[in-house]
Amino acid sequence: MKTREEIFNVLKQEFPEDVFEILNQPMEPIIMVDPKAIHKVSFYLRDTEGLKFDSLMVLSGVDDANGEKTTDADGSQTINGGTLSVYYHLESLELGHKVTLKVSTPRDNPEVESVESVWRCADWHEREAYDMFGIKFLHHPDLRRILMPYDWDAGYPLRKDYKNPEFYQGMKIPY
Amino acid sequence: MKSLLDQEFSDSNIVITKTEDLLNWARLSSVWQLGFGLACCAIEMMATSASHYDFDRFGVIPRATPRQADAIIISGTVTLKMATRIKRLYEQMPDPKYIISMGSCSNSGGPYWEHGYHVLKGIDRVIPVDVYVPGCPPRPEALLEGLLKLQEKIRNESLVKKTA
Repeated sequence: MKTREEIFNVLKQEFPEDVFEILNQPMEPIIMVDPKAIHKVSFYLRDTEGLKFDSLMVLSGVDDANGEKTTDADGSQTINGGTLSVYYHLESLELGHKVTLKVSTPRDNPEVESVESVWRCADWHEREAYDMFGIKFLHHPDLRRILMPYDWDAGYPLRKDYKNPEFYQGMKIPY
Repeated sequence: MKSLLDQEFSDSNIVITKTEDLLNWARLSSVWQLGFGLACCAIEMMATSASHYDFDRFGVIPRATPRQADAIIISGTVTLKMATRIKRLYEQMPDPKYIISMGSCSNSGGPYWEHGYHVLKGIDRVIPVDVYVPGCPPRPEALLEGLLKLQEKIRNESLVKKTA
């Protein structure tokens, strides 16, 4: 069983380029990783003796909303620049330790490597993050919308600057 | 109005009635519903079907195909994605067909009325509703009353005047 700091040091030694820093947040420390290298880091975390992260508890998308905000005439907000993030909560059922990883990717072209090949359960989690935030997971086997209709073309609903359309297939949406 | 079999008749073998009443009585006594549930309201609907509340005593049996169904109970949150499917199911049902909208969500969007980007704010935007049952979710007694209201509506239907 290892602490987060120990895990970070192991990763930093193995991937000096791709693992950035450890954020000491009040609830739990978070390890920042390069979005284009997350699959390599994940494989290492899963297969290395002494780490053995065999379970991806949850993968979630987040809109950091840290870009430049402009308010339109109708009072709605548009965000330019900034980042979208993906959080990975991992657990080792074998060794009983946990770790949280985070990747941040530019909002205008959000691309993250898929970890579906590492943990199969990431498949639907990544589809949900794609559905709600528009984060593209590279090398995902089947990156379609999972909850919204397949022909939904009004954007990604959980983005902070999302605007709901008036109609969907002739049905009025606002109350 | 008394139901057909409650009416007095003098001869033990003959019942005299109007065609309209007979048809309406037959229709309202066997409202076969489409076996269809959406959300938490569906749990209450299933409870209504089960032995304690016993939907069957009013002639309500779930059918597994819209082609054999007389009524559809919209029991739960209707998402936009599901609304397109409900419309298709409704169109596959033979006339005469009835719709009970069960619970706040299918009546008006319920708790999702403001921020539900994915929720249809009332099933009556897509298909015509006969009876609205309020509640979140409605208790089985409320759904039973909704069914009685629907039966009352069917009982007063006319062959010459289209009502539903």
